[in-house]
Amino acid sequence: MKIIVAIKQVPERDAQIQIAANGKWIDEDDLTYAINEPDAYALEEALQFKEKNGGEVIVLCAGPERVTSTLRDALAKGADRAIHIEADDLAQRDTLGVAELLAVAVKAESPDLILTGLQSDDLGLGQTGVVLAELLGIPHATIIMQVEKTDTGLRVKRELEDGWFQHVDMPLPALLTIQSGGNKLRYATLMGIKKAKSKETNTIAAADSSEAAALKLARVYLPEKQKKTVMLTGTPEQIAAQLVEKLKFEVRVI
Amino acid sequence: MSGVLVVLEQRAGNWNRMSFEALAAGQQLAAALGISCSAAVVGSGIAALGTELASKRLDKVFLVEHELLGEYTSDGYVTTLEQLVKQAAPNYVIFPHTYQVRDFAPALATRFRRVLISDVVAIHAEGDGTPVFVRQLLQGKLNADYKQTAEAPAFISIQAGTFRADTVVEGAAQIETINPAIEASQIRNKPGERFRESASTVDLTVAPVIVSVGRGIGEADNIPMIEELAAALGAELAASRPICDNGWLPMERQVGSSGQTVAPKLYLAVGISGAIQHLVGMKGSKAVIAINKDENAPIFEVADFGVVGDLFEIVPALTKAVLAAKS
Ligand SMILES: Cc1cc2nc3c(=O)[nH]c(=O)nc-3n(C[C@H](O)[C@H](O)[C@H](O)COP(=O)(O)OP(=O)(O)OC[C@H]3O[C@@H](n4cnc5c(N)ncnc54)[C@H](O)[C@@H]3O)c2cc1C
Ligand SMILES: Nc1ncnc2c1ncn2[C@@H]1O[C@H](COP(=O)(O)O)[C@@H](O)[C@H]1O
Repeated sequence: MKIIVAIKQVPERDAQIQIAANGKWIDEDDLTYAINEPDAYALEEALQFKEKNGGEVIVLCAGPERVTSTLRDALAKGADRAIHIEADDLAQRDTLGVAELLAVAVKAESPDLILTGLQSDDLGLGQTGVVLAELLGIPHATIIMQVEKTDTGLRVKRELEDGWFQHVDMPLPALLTIQSGGNKLRYATLMGIKKAKSKETNTIAAADSSEAAALKLARVYLPEKQKKTVMLTGTPEQIAAQLVEKLKFEVRVI
Repeated sequence: MSGVLVVLEQRAGNWNRMSFEALAAGQQLAAALGISCSAAVVGSGIAALGTELASKRLDKVFLVEHELLGEYTSDGYVTTLEQLVKQAAPNYVIFPHTYQVRDFAPALATRFRRVLISDVVAIHAEGDGTPVFVRQLLQGKLNADYKQTAEAPAFISIQAGTFRADTVVEGAAQIETINPAIEASQIRNKPGERFRESASTVDLTVAPVIVSVGRGIGEADNIPMIEELAAALGAELAASRPICDNGWLPMERQVGSSGQTVAPKLYLAVGISGAIQHLVGMKGSKAVIAINKDENAPIFEVADFGVVGDLFEIVPALTKAVLAAKS
């Protein structure tokens, strides 16, 4: 089985976010980046699937030069090779535009299985995988926790709301969007890091977008506070004393 | 029709409760733009739901029935809704942002070479201007205004809790039954029965006080510090998803859209950022206290009392003060 995992590089969770001067995106200058969390689970699922069923795991990322560090981390964890779609203008492309970039690279590989994360931490669209499947004309399933090979294709465990699940049987090739928590993430070993140096990263230039974007991001801004939260300040001891007062006399749980 | 079309969600004849929030959004958008609003419900054997919808202020109710739509599949829904949208020709198609909508709506929009504007938290519309749809970025840290630059139709999904179901306007509407053309061979996925994991042994829904811990705790070895605070308060311990994903606490203690929904007298959130999937599980709490080092963390948006600071300093001091107050 040939498996492609689409991974995205996103700002690290604890990064201090500043709005860019043009008001249309965040300031990227001093940001540190990491792999999008559900994508790390998608990669883990792919590596475990390969260990069980054999095959090859290819990681794929569209983005500027800096994303190669995330691809390298994935190689160190055990991916066999990487594809970097070099694009500096992702912000000008909408979901369809980004999915089209990914589709070109995927088609050239004809994989059996494509995994994406269910949602990116920065844009939070939750769409790129589904759109990619539609562009490729293959079936998809979303919010997947487990993947098993069957005689006819796959059986996946899909998360539903409120603690419900469902198994879905589907043919291959297929695309799955992976939810976090389905397995335990591995760390890269020293050996893995060493080996990654000799693994291949294929860089392809992004084609110009064929069509104008359907959507425009006009402005980003801090959300307006709607609730009046009473903020408690002071030393930890002073704050604790104030909290105890609230717990006694207002919330009445002590 | 050139108006708004709201696609409601049902399963086995029961509404998804977010459906009527989407309906309220659709009615309000239509009113602001001075255009009509219609609604559609998709399934098999759903006549009663159509009748219920016909009592709302709508131009039309589309009752979309086919035996292959009894059970949800993405292929069934995309094929069906593509036909409906072509026939009804709305300018705006509105969905609740449910797990099911996430599964098919992006593919549906792709068929029209449009992009779903997903998880919208506000709509600014008036007169003949292009409406602005507000989405959250970076897990609620920022908001962003989106506009569709392409022609109609636009596809939009609405975040849980953004519009109130009880603001849906009553009225009367005509029902039009639609039988889409679908073949069994077009449906590639075979969904199985829905199931739950083995019954959980903790019922967070009855706990009057909950202390909930998030990724700010850093590592598993620090959890006992939170357990001590919970014990001092006589509270149940709960967590955000990453804590359970990492196996630091069992899944059954997870609060949120894929965990439990709780409404205690007090919910004390420690090192939790307040992503929407967490908030939907706890925002019914009577009082919320949040401790977080980031003053812009979205959790403060639902907190009555907030502490901006390092949980490793605040929590031990609080545990001590609670124990002292109790003795
Ligand atoms: C379909 C779907 C379903 C989901 N279901 C759920 C669900 O049911 N429940 C759920 O919780 N999530 C769910 N999520 C995940 C959700 O989107 C968030 O990723 C998650 O809630 C984040 O958890 P967190 O707040 O603990 O972590 P983070 O977002 O990483 O936040 C950690 C917080 O800790 C603070 N912090 C760090 N160090 C300190 C310190 N020393 N002192 C004080 N504060 C500190 C940081 O400022 C930050 O705000 C779901 C996501 C999806 C897409
Ligand atoms: N630029 C990109 N490169 C590779 N994969 C991506 C990219 N953008 C999105 N994806 C994939 O699509 C998933 C969903 O992203 P989104 O639709 O932005 O929420 C991510 O988890 C990734 O797996």
